[in-house]
Amino acid sequence: MTSTARPADQTMADESVGMSYLDRLPRRLVTIYLPLAIFVFVLLFPFYWMTITALKPNNELTNFREFNPLWPEHPTLQHIRYLLFETSYPGWLVNTMVVAVGSTVLSLAASVLGAYAIERIRFNGSRWIGLLIFLAYLVPPSILFIPLAVMIFNFGIYDTKLALIFTYPTFLIPFCTWLLMGYFRSIPFELEECALVDGASRWQILMKIMLPLSVPGLISAGIFAFTLSWNEFIYALTFIQSSENKTVPVGVLTELVRGDVYEWGALMAGALLGSLPVVLLYSFFVDYYVSSMTGAVKE
Amino acid sequence: MANAALTHADAPAARSREPLLQSKGFLGLLFMLPGAAFLLIFLTYPLGLGVWLGFTDTRIGRAGVFVGLENYQLLWEDSLFWLSVFNTILYTVVASVLKFGLGLWLALLLNEHIPFKAFVRAVVLLPWVVPTVLSAIAFWWIYDSQFSIISWALINLGLIETPINFLGDTTNARITVILTNVWRGIPFVAITLLAGLQTISPSLHEAATLDGATSWQRFRYITLPMLSPLIAVVMTFSVLFTFTDFQLIYVLTRGGPLNATHLMATLSFQRAIPGGQLGEGAAIAVAMVPFLLAAILFSYFGLQRRRWQQGGTD
Repeated sequence: MTSTARPADQTMADESVGMSYLDRLPRRLVTIYLPLAIFVFVLLFPFYWMTITALKPNNELTNFREFNPLWPEHPTLQHIRYLLFETSYPGWLVNTMVVAVGSTVLSLAASVLGAYAIERIRFNGSRWIGLLIFLAYLVPPSILFIPLAVMIFNFGIYDTKLALIFTYPTFLIPFCTWLLMGYFRSIPFELEECALVDGASRWQILMKIMLPLSVPGLISAGIFAFTLSWNEFIYALTFIQSSENKTVPVGVLTELVRGDVYEWGALMAGALLGSLPVVLLYSFFVDYYVSSMTGAVKE
Repeated sequence: MANAALTHADAPAARSREPLLQSKGFLGLLFMLPGAAFLLIFLTYPLGLGVWLGFTDTRIGRAGVFVGLENYQLLWEDSLFWLSVFNTILYTVVASVLKFGLGLWLALLLNEHIPFKAFVRAVVLLPWVVPTVLSAIAFWWIYDSQFSIISWALINLGLIETPINFLGDTTNARITVILTNVWRGIPFVAITLLAGLQTISPSLHEAATLDGATSWQRFRYITLPMLSPLIAVVMTFSVLFTFTDFQLIYVLTRGGPLNATHLMATLSFQRAIPGGQLGEGAAIAVAMVPFLLAAILFSYFGLQRRRWQQGGTD
């Protein structure tokens, strides 16, 4: 692999036409565009359906005979208005935001220090600590939530946002540390040596040299951590009891479904509005997002 | 913070050859402290506590006593537990195979030269970005027993007569939750594998074509071997997250109908939180660990073997 790959290949591969000019259009239509169109349709249809259901008035929702189900004939904002003014939904949005920001900041701070220690201070056993951090990332929340629930209860922070802010870093710190380790590795050692010679302390090096240089890495880790905490479900379901402390995913599922009456319009509006913040964040930072996802998997 | 530590630690450090704040061990410890403390308190300790809880009869609101292997004995004779083990393995195997196949296919398609490449790639990742619970709620409505849009479309196409009972029938429910999981997992597999595909030099394919290789041969003998280390890692993650999945099942079926879609994670939750039997729930969670370890080791050694196949050293 290394003997054949030239340095320019990585950029070249992305832009070059490769050998696709050998294929004729009809052939490409069947082998590439058609399957791709089906993939995109299937992957995106649920979001389309979510959106138009949120905009349909109630009588159109279940009447497929008189109305075209694929388009809202009389679009309405009644579900969104109901959601925002007659339920605790705005509160859930605020809770989710507070919890996601809090746990992300906490995890980033701990991860920057940890990643710097493992990657640059290179104390005895740092390789092993790095491996342990990676293994910690593989511990799934579904085997931790029961003992964590017991602990949360004993600490007296059951049913508070603090319970979530403290437990989310269990999966955020390993992930962010692992990502930042990779990023720090790419910053030249010489910069640090210069600073050391000039008498800078490790803390100054980290704050004034490493962090400014690793802003893209910090953005990647930050938005990814934010998304992971926004999407978290099982901890929020287990550790939060009262309606005013719930997060969006838990609130929508447990409070908007009352008995057997499903208010589909409101449910879909809730799902739509709850997805919007992460989707917006994602659309602004697609490249960072993809690099953090692939960065976590590589190596 | 660092300066304060310096003044306190000055006296003993003066005797050793290097000052304490330049000693790697101490500095490393200092920098690792916040993260390590967090992970020890909220990750390592609960792991141990979980194992301990599995050996007790703890309930919600009542500390338990040590009961030895009683929880595990109960589980061993519990047909529902074995059903959940079967469901979990079925769910993981089928979903992972489909995610891998379709994900790799999508990655290959996205690696082609297509118009609006960046936009298509960005849009494809959406199912993975949106909170699972919220997209699962959309699927819940799509799978409605009466007003499903899929049933409507199939009836209008004349393919079926009556609406499909997606989540009410045991076989249908299993297929439905697996496909929904695949829907959510494809983007992750595809985008990460795409990153790997982009590092494969096109000149390899060109050389092979000149030597008369067909497109299948180029895929089989160039793309796949060069991608396989990444495949092993991606699939380890995928298997891990599928095996411990909770959200999708909890939203769509809560384990029903007739427990046909109960996974170990959902059973553990049901016994521990609504059921109050924390000890038994913890025992089910602990029972997941051997399977997880097996899955991780399997992919890890798969990775080693591939490296050897690529012509690297053993």
